Amino acid sequence: MKNTIIIYRKQLKDTGKNMALWIQFVMFPVMAAIMENSIRVEGMPEHFFVGMFTVMHVGMAPLTVSAAIISEEKEKNTLRMLRFANVKPLEYLCGTGGFVFTACMAGGVAFGFLGGYMGEKLLLFCLIMAAGILASMLFGAAIGVWSRTQIAATAVVTPMMMVFAFLPMLAMFNQTIEKIADIAYSQHIQLLLNSLNAGTPAEAKNVIVIAANVMIAAVLFGIAYRRRGLM
Amino acid sequence: MAIKTAIDIRRVTQYFGEQKVLADITLSVEKGEIIGLLGPSGAGKTTLIKIMTGQLVPSAGSVMLDGHDMAEAKQEMYRNIGMMMDDLGFYERLSGYDNLKIFAGFYDVPEARVREVLEQVGLYRYRKSPVQKFSKGMKNRLALSRAVLHRPAFLFLDEPTAGLDPATTLQIHKMIGQMQKDGVTIFLTTHNMVEAEKLCKHVALLHDGSIVEYGEPQAINRKYNYRNRLKIHLYSGEDIELELQNAKEAAKTVFEYLQSGQIETIHSAEPDLESVFLELTGRSLQEGRQDAEEDWSFGKAD
Repeated sequence: MKNTIIIYRKQLKDTGKNMALWIQFVMFPVMAAIMENSIRVEGMPEHFFVGMFTVMHVGMAPLTVSAAIISEEKEKNTLRMLRFANVKPLEYLCGTGGFVFTACMAGGVAFGFLGGYMGEKLLLFCLIMAAGILASMLFGAAIGVWSRTQIAATAVVTPMMMVFAFLPMLAMFNQTIEKIADIAYSQHIQLLLNSLNAGTPAEAKNVIVIAANVMIAAVLFGIAYRRRGLM
Repeated sequence: MAIKTAIDIRRVTQYFGEQKVLADITLSVEKGEIIGLLGPSGAGKTTLIKIMTGQLVPSAGSVMLDGHDMAEAKQEMYRNIGMMMDDLGFYERLSGYDNLKIFAGFYDVPEARVREVLEQVGLYRYRKSPVQKFSKGMKNRLALSRAVLHRPAFLFLDEPTAGLDPATTLQIHKMIGQMQKDGVTIFLTTHNMVEAEKLCKHVALLHDGSIVEYGEPQAINRKYNYRNRLKIHLYSGEDIELELQNAKEAAKTVFEYLQSGQIETIHSAEPDLESVFLELTGRSLQEGRQDAEEDWSFGKAD
């Protein structure tokens, strides 16, 4: 536990000095806040921008950041030094994963307040966010572990995050894309948020698809870890 | 008092695919000794260090550190090992102090020790600067301070002074010497024969994965002193080497120079480790070094 906390603190400090990563956490909440307060179009659903940017935040930030952190540590051989300090892979993953999760959830809570969610609704909103962030983070960690360099990780992460982040929005305009999006966790995060906003019960399918995505991401992470290892 | 074996390398062989990079290496290092592994680039030095520190499991043979087999007991042994590899592995956006503080936390070392080691390497006044702004020499000193932070019993140094200026090299040599006095067993790889002769009790010359010579540096030099030469430096700047096989002839020449008052200095011209290595292998210790240094200097921060 001690080592996990040290890794968490290290990551907090390091990310604070890494503009490229730091911006991932704040970009979408800030954009949502600005647009919510500056753009008013008649007929536009209430908190339209919050809904749109929430899914982008879930699809992009955890994926990009976890892949970037792990691949950078591999590339710069800092993981090897951690190993010599007797840091176990699980401690490292918990510390780094814990940081990415809480930092992304902080953005999630900001979205919750921007969207006017309160009480039980805010709690449900955060749960939906947490499920999406977990799936995204696991996919990112799998890519980070698999990649030997940051450039290699970015080459995989960029198209993947574009798909997960923008698919739900594009699915609104095209039925074929909607069918494809039906297997992506981000689409079902969007659908769950729509249900929450409308006050209608969530469909079991939404939860099943998200859970399946989490499991696939976990399996991919397991394969990457066994084949390439952390150090 | 019985001398304790600290590092025991027994018949270590390593293959990468079909390629044999280490062949039947056997070495024994006493507690508190500095041993140097000399060889040109690609000789297998780093591979051997990786095996000794449990980063690689050898294809055959074993490495025992303080009686523990590194292929099995590496996790428990890491507490006793300090490492300085060629790729230093720092969190470059963080300060030198923060980097060491992280590791002090892992090792349960009090924070006061961070200040102590930074002062030892002369980096305390730069403690708040991010590591990415450090020069190559400062990074090496920081790496050395991290390696000794937890007062390890074993120190593995992979080319600790490669590419450094003479002043920094001297500072690192002093630190290594001090650690040896403190009883640390030090295993260092180097291309630098002067460094090896100055620091090491024993050296092993590694060529194509095999140890071609082992012993005390001076003893090795004497062993290969076949030609028994004398080197005379004249006031005119001219250097003259005399072969002493024909002692009468040589003595006559020296006497003539002495009589004419031309001699500034006279030295015995024993071979050094570089020339011994060249004689044994037909290769220079510096081989492959120049290219590597040129590659490195392209991006160096100095």
